[in-house]
Amino acid sequence: MLTRLGLMAALAIGTATAAIAQGETPQDGGRLIFTAGYGSSITSLDITATPHTQDEIFSKAINASLYSWDPVKAEPVLELAESVEKSEDGRTYTYKLRDATFHDGSKLTADDVIYSYNRLADPEKALPGAQQILAIEGVEEVQNGTADTISGLKKIDDMTFSITMTDLADPGWSLMSNFAPIYSKDYPEDKLASQPNGLGPFKLVNYVPGSKAEYEKFEDYYEEGKPHLDKLEIVMMGEAAARDVAFRNGEIDVNILGPVQYEAYGQEAGLQDHLLEVAEVYTRNIGFNSKVEAFQDKRVRQAINHAINSEVIISKLLKDKAYPAVSWLPTSSPAFDKEAQPYAYDPEKAKELLNEAGYGDGLSFSVTATPNESWGVPIVEAIIPMLAKVGITATVDPVEPPVLSDKIFADNFDAFIWSNVSGPNALEAMKCFYSKTPQTACNYVKFSNPEFDKLYEAAGQEADPNKRNELLKQANNLLLEEAPVWFFNYNKAVMAYQPWVHGLQPNAQELAIQDYADLWIDDSAPESRK
Amino acid sequence: MSRFILRRVLQMIPTILAVVLIIFVIFSVVPGSFVSSLLAEGRNVTNAQVVSHLNEQFGLDQPLPVRLWDYLSGLVQGDLGTSYRTREPVWQTIAPRLWPSIKLALAAMVLAAGVGIPLGFLAALKPGSVFDSATMVVAVSGLSLPEFWFGLLLMYAFALQLGWLPSFGYQPGSISHVILPAIALGVSPMALLARTTRSGVLDVMNADFVRTGRAKGVSEPRLVRAHVARNVLVLVLTTMGLQIGALMGQAIVIEKLFSWPGIGSLLVDSVATRDIPVVQGTVLVIVLWFLIINMLVDIAYAVIDPRIKVG
Repeated sequence: MLTRLGLMAALAIGTATAAIAQGETPQDGGRLIFTAGYGSSITSLDITATPHTQDEIFSKAINASLYSWDPVKAEPVLELAESVEKSEDGRTYTYKLRDATFHDGSKLTADDVIYSYNRLADPEKALPGAQQILAIEGVEEVQNGTADTISGLKKIDDMTFSITMTDLADPGWSLMSNFAPIYSKDYPEDKLASQPNGLGPFKLVNYVPGSKAEYEKFEDYYEEGKPHLDKLEIVMMGEAAARDVAFRNGEIDVNILGPVQYEAYGQEAGLQDHLLEVAEVYTRNIGFNSKVEAFQDKRVRQAINHAINSEVIISKLLKDKAYPAVSWLPTSSPAFDKEAQPYAYDPEKAKELLNEAGYGDGLSFSVTATPNESWGVPIVEAIIPMLAKVGITATVDPVEPPVLSDKIFADNFDAFIWSNVSGPNALEAMKCFYSKTPQTACNYVKFSNPEFDKLYEAAGQEADPNKRNELLKQANNLLLEEAPVWFFNYNKAVMAYQPWVHGLQPNAQELAIQDYADLWIDDSAPESRK
Repeated sequence: MSRFILRRVLQMIPTILAVVLIIFVIFSVVPGSFVSSLLAEGRNVTNAQVVSHLNEQFGLDQPLPVRLWDYLSGLVQGDLGTSYRTREPVWQTIAPRLWPSIKLALAAMVLAAGVGIPLGFLAALKPGSVFDSATMVVAVSGLSLPEFWFGLLLMYAFALQLGWLPSFGYQPGSISHVILPAIALGVSPMALLARTTRSGVLDVMNADFVRTGRAKGVSEPRLVRAHVARNVLVLVLTTMGLQIGALMGQAIVIEKLFSWPGIGSLLVDSVATRDIPVVQGTVLVIVLWFLIINMLVDIAYAVIDPRIKVG
């Protein structure tokens, strides 16, 4: 199993590397048509007002954050700062900003950073992006209304400022978020949603709600020689079948694939050589509500993990567009234990565990599920007969996506199937099983284990990244043993791209989010792109 | 005529009120909320403080009667409310979607009427002929075709294989972008118009006044043009009015498929994210469109057939 996982991961990286390595010297000019496939509209051009990936695809062209995610190194790196110094106690970081210009011509200063984070924390604005700055000292007080400004932010001079954190975690993990960009303090706030003004590589020139956004190269972009493209167009295409036709017709340059298309593209000459694959940091799972008596016994939870043949579901239903999950943290996580063994498909073992737990005569529960093809009703329907073989009666409780979260927060479910973020920050991912994390935050199954809590708390206080990862590895292995969820799979995201497109990166956070500054097209592109 | 128009406008008020109330009540009781839709991706956990402030800002923590009163009192002043998603006035969210929707509905209807009416007419003039049978097979097929599948077929044939037309998207002023969605949307009303026209013409052709006309020696072309066509027009116009009125609402699937930025796709997205003010606003626009079109049809009756008194 692990060998297969390793092989799959290697293949994924190999494909990705091929996609990146194609380009020799980047060529400048031309127009690229990118797709946003998660819907037929966006919420807002002000990315701080929305938590949706679909909006992030558009915002990434316009904005920049203090840090950014390096998909190759798989870690956050400085983006808007030239340098950072950490204090002796490991909680205060002093940044020296780089020379950068906003689209309206104003220069980036420390005041802009402080303004942007204070704006995010403002309770009156109720911005979802506030989630990204919670670890800065004083944010909680601003949110509670007991302070006007964030105490952990200090301006030193126009280009220097410091951030004091509440814990020892690297601030890069949260401040790299595209949902916490740096805005200009002097730009009218009421224009952010219609005429955004950022530090990103492209300026918005035309936005057709429900259709597309057109951008042009920002000449004063802070990275020398970038962006390569003159123009960028991002179209909203929620329908996979329509994207497929448009991609084959050369009307769009990239296409995020679902399982069916992944299988088809993989078999077609001309398409199979231009697939970018990556193991994204999402863990698909069935969460067991600990209020259900049967689920309070870990042997029942383990039995369910043994009773389901994940590999068959991944192969037959998901067309191999997923990696079988070993535990909660994905294989790309530095805290993932390569020696860990996933639950083997073993119905006899499952029956044995159920007998030991006193459920030899069977048990029944319902699984709340959305229609999602990769982690919804079709998956539950596939596991029902597998569970029936060991005496478990499972039923589906079908709901719409917003109702799933509603039911979970209201504690109105037996079990749910979902795809949850499990990285890249392992500490943040593990927080979802910390007993003090409320169900409405992300401890959806109300997991509570003193041993796990101890490991998590120790990891949070550990300044040495290697020691922290070791603690988190132990915590992750404990989760594997405790099985608070059925560990189903890690998403394999796949992007098809036209042969003339270069510079795409295997972004494990979300493949659809690309650094547009790095993208370029070669001479083989059609006339419509030149 | 002005009294008639005034009366029809006043008649719209209870219809609109009923629709508004039904939508408001339905979306107040269905599970799921705007705030829960923010968390539906399972990616970004939204801070509890933010959730609480959002509920407060949008009045979602208020009881249903208070929210309804606020909405209705805003509505009578022409205020459709504020979109939960965009945090902009609802009208500002709907307005850019209006013309693409009208454009698509009109293009689909031009196609439906331009093909369906002549087909139905010609089929009725030669009942039982091969042309008549073929036309009716096409009409029945057109009514039974799933729009999504037919749209995909059009994309495959005219964009991918022949390369004549773009497969998706919207360009203001571009005719090529509207052709495929208009055909996909117009095929069903086209089939209905062909069938309606055929049966209407057959009825009129057997009427006493047509027989009398023939007996008096009126030529067949003149008989058809001056007597049959005029009498069938009322029926055709009624069907057209109902169809064009309904097209804006029916275009949801086609708009999604062709990435067409109309009212239909806005409605679907707003329902999915429980952006109730926008749902109410878009439904209101669709209902108003339907009512206005049908009022115009009623007025047209009087022009076509002076025996019909609109007052």
